[in-house]
Amino acid sequence: MKNWMKKENLLWLGLIVLSYAVLNILISAGIINNVYKTVLMTIGINIILAISLNLIIGITGQFSLGHAGFMIIGAYSCGVMLKSFVSGVPGVFLGIIAGMVISAFVALVVAIPTLRLRGDYLAIATLGFGEIIRIVILNMKITNGAAGLILPKAVSWHMIFWAVVICTIVVVNFGRSAHGRACISVREDEIAAEAMGINTTQYKILAFVLGAMIASVAGALYAGAFYVIKPDMFTYSKSIDILVLVVFGGMGSITGSFISSTLVSLLNTVLQQFSSVRMIVYGLALVVIMVFRPSGLLGRKELTFSGLLKVLKKGKGAAQ
Amino acid sequence: MSVLKVTGLTKNFGGLSAVSNVNMEIEQGELIGLIGPNGAGKTTLFNLLTGVYEPSEGTIELNVDGKMISIEGKKPYVISTLGVSRTFQNIRLFKELTVLDNVRIGMHQSVKTSVIGSILRTPGFYREEKMLEEKAYELLKIVHLDEHAEDLAKNLPYGKQRRLEIARALATNPKILFLDEPAAGMNPQETAELTELIHELKEHFHLTIILIEHDMSLVMSICERIYVLDYGRLIAKGNPQQIKSNKRVIEAYLGEDASC
Repeated sequence: MKNWMKKENLLWLGLIVLSYAVLNILISAGIINNVYKTVLMTIGINIILAISLNLIIGITGQFSLGHAGFMIIGAYSCGVMLKSFVSGVPGVFLGIIAGMVISAFVALVVAIPTLRLRGDYLAIATLGFGEIIRIVILNMKITNGAAGLILPKAVSWHMIFWAVVICTIVVVNFGRSAHGRACISVREDEIAAEAMGINTTQYKILAFVLGAMIASVAGALYAGAFYVIKPDMFTYSKSIDILVLVVFGGMGSITGSFISSTLVSLLNTVLQQFSSVRMIVYGLALVVIMVFRPSGLLGRKELTFSGLLKVLKKGKGAAQ
Repeated sequence: MSVLKVTGLTKNFGGLSAVSNVNMEIEQGELIGLIGPNGAGKTTLFNLLTGVYEPSEGTIELNVDGKMISIEGKKPYVISTLGVSRTFQNIRLFKELTVLDNVRIGMHQSVKTSVIGSILRTPGFYREEKMLEEKAYELLKIVHLDEHAEDLAKNLPYGKQRRLEIARALATNPKILFLDEPAAGMNPQETAELTELIHELKEHFHLTIILIEHDMSLVMSICERIYVLDYGRLIAKGNPQQIKSNKRVIEAYLGEDASC
């Protein structure tokens, strides 16, 4: 317990509780109305998707283009659970668990043949697998095919908030452990990692499965929060949307994924009113960012309180 | 007691025999030099011995706890856990990571905390992380890099990067250490320091060391025995004196004024 009560961790806990309280107050005071609440929930789900893909691409260095495939597994696990078995919040929890189990299994099946491939080949193979998953769901009876499922609302923004917190802790703790370092070593130099006794295949699979499970949580929350799920919402273009979040924020930076998910979700909402130019502005924004910050907004930097204090001290020193 | 025995080792790339019919037997605690002209197959031989390549023919036997185990065709990470470690000719550090993390990754085989334990931050996780860090600092002290622990590996000067690679290799707790051109690109003073370091490490860790090197002053001064490769074949073996006066070696590699 003593280990856990470090200053840095306590500050983070403070920040989490504070932001939860502020959001609660803003919502009950009516400053955040229902429209903004929906935006807030979208941001949360996008954050979970971005950090889960960041674990695979940014930390482990494996280029996956099939992430929507795992989101759809989560969405339909939760959707079918809510529709046919258990309704309400317990149904969501069971749906999340079912989604994680199924996506872990599918990810394992996908990973074993594809993770032998590198770079572009891996991207194409995962893209294919993502589509296969979607088409299977499209042709199943229990999922109601192309018409999709219409669901009662069962997920509140509170749930999404805490899901974001938990998923982030899982990814960050994993990243900052011996196992996370092993994943990073695979990204940095596979041959050297292997020579240092690291089973690189095993770590690639581990990161891929863990990322897939977290993406399915996002899918399940999406299903419970937004009433309708249809297979054509989860095509490869959804995978690319998630990829954009990761690249935009900085591959390997969890803080970057938070910032990019927030900005991109807000930008999308603002541009919704100008639907004819929406994609043009969105595309241009991405091009500009990639030209000026090719490694994403934050590169590989993370926000830490100890780092923040260092910067503040330096600033003070410069001012004096 | 021999720690490594190589019999009839051959590696063909298409029609080219990069290594052909090499026999070696290396005793515990020896310091072996492997020399030869560029393209003679020295690094290919290292890659075969550490599992990067699979041999076309021949056997490689490694002494593991008193038993000779054949390791040809085994994956590099398995061979590493059996007590073989190496450095690379064209430095392969984890560049974007700190010096400390590079060494800690080398210690990965000794990590016992599970993935779930790491995510839940169990007390065992903290204990182990602390232990890894202390051990890593010890190793860094030995190679005189402890003050750079927090620097990124890519920001180290060249000579220090080579030393860091050695520290990382030692972190895997090897019995046999392969050094691929450890003195490449170093000035004479750095080379002298490195020579001393290699000596120290060998005594301190009871290592068997096999090194590829073009710097003859280093090879002749520290190696007890030398193998000479040319066009993938062993053309000579023996102590430095024998090698210096060997006619075939002079012809193929050393040249006439090898008296240095």
